[in-house]
Amino acid sequence: MEWDWEFVWQIMPTLLEGFKITILATVLGAAVAAVLGLAIAIARRSPVTALSRTVGFVCEFIRGTPLLVQLYFIFYVLPDIGIRLPPLVAGVIGIGLHYATYTAEVYRAGIENVPRGQWEAAKAANLTTRQAWIHVVLPQAVPPMIPALANYFIAMFKETPLLSAITVLELMNQAKSIANSNYRYIEPMTLVGVFFLAVSLVSVVGLRWLEERYARMDD
Amino acid sequence: MIDWSGYLTLILEGALVTLQLTVMGSALALVMAFLAGLGRLSRFFIVRALATTYIEFFRGTSIFVQLFWVYFVLPFAGLTLTPLQAGVLALGLNVGAYAAEVVRGAVKAVGREQTEACVALNLSRYQRMRHVILPQALPLMLPTFCNNAIELLKGTAVVSLISLTDLTFQAQVVRAQTGNTLIPFTTILILYFAMAWSISIGMRWLERRMSRSLDGVRT
Repeated sequence: MEWDWEFVWQIMPTLLEGFKITILATVLGAAVAAVLGLAIAIARRSPVTALSRTVGFVCEFIRGTPLLVQLYFIFYVLPDIGIRLPPLVAGVIGIGLHYATYTAEVYRAGIENVPRGQWEAAKAANLTTRQAWIHVVLPQAVPPMIPALANYFIAMFKETPLLSAITVLELMNQAKSIANSNYRYIEPMTLVGVFFLAVSLVSVVGLRWLEERYARMDD
Repeated sequence: MIDWSGYLTLILEGALVTLQLTVMGSALALVMAFLAGLGRLSRFFIVRALATTYIEFFRGTSIFVQLFWVYFVLPFAGLTLTPLQAGVLALGLNVGAYAAEVVRGAVKAVGREQTEACVALNLSRYQRMRHVILPQALPLMLPTFCNNAIELLKGTAVVSLISLTDLTFQAQVVRAQTGNTLIPFTTILILYFAMAWSISIGMRWLERRMSRSLDGVRT
């Protein structure tokens, strides 16, 4: 079987349709990971040992198990206890939660990079803990982390094909259904690869720019 | 009441396949990591270009896309692989590309003066690598290799989608047969976590052993 350009143009609209969902899932997942990661990082620094230990263990567990299984868990097990989520929502939660455990490490390193003196000064200025976080620590901690965070978001983008396993109609799933109904695998599968490679290569350039703009943080 | 013992055997058989994939995939990844990692440091432009292309290509797309490509597209090129072979090939090549960057980073982290000393002692390029640079670079690589191995373990879950009977696949079988979702998925999550945990314990032991011989060498 050989490469057929006509078929390529014929399936392109469907693939682009899927690609939109892929982008949507990535953006939503990134938002979840960014917010949840910060929450995890702050919880792990909590003086309440029970809280920080529990969150720490849950993170280790999530990081040690496959994303695919976690997606299945959210998609198949939660309905048993009455939480029925549409596939895309389940996927965004799953992928966001998984990557939140990684971004939490980035936040942790960034927060630890803020000199102790800043905390002490905040205390001396009679700021509450909340004020110290919001007005002193985070504004200094966040900019250097941006490249590292972006790196994880690119990784997350590449993981979105897994959502096809829980019936989200993203790029990979569209390609699979095209392949199955036409019995042609070469074009759809290769195009999916090309799509991902193209976005990754462009985002690497974007990442370089981010690294130059914000000081690079080595973890 | 469901008799769980039969299903447990099924899941344990799946665990064996996952283990097999992880070990064989890691072996291939290790070989590829050194080939491509050292290739990127080669004197010859063509070797560097080849290694860079390999690394960028496999890091640019996700394991899922690569696996499907290997399994569905390669047969049209006359190369038909069993699911296990396709899984090992895709996992090994994918993780190998990430690990290659680790090899390169670690080799470059060994001080310049070491290379200069080797030149002064008239060691050949091979001797320099084998007896001076690599023994110092290896302990630097191990912690990240540990992460790579865990990533590979997590990646094996994806092979269930090309009908290889690994843990995730077997859990799906149990789900289909019993209608119970919580027990199979929780079981395999715990099994995956146990495996990831043993990898990190094993790696830590290896790291201690390897750096022992370097006591007092590095400051």
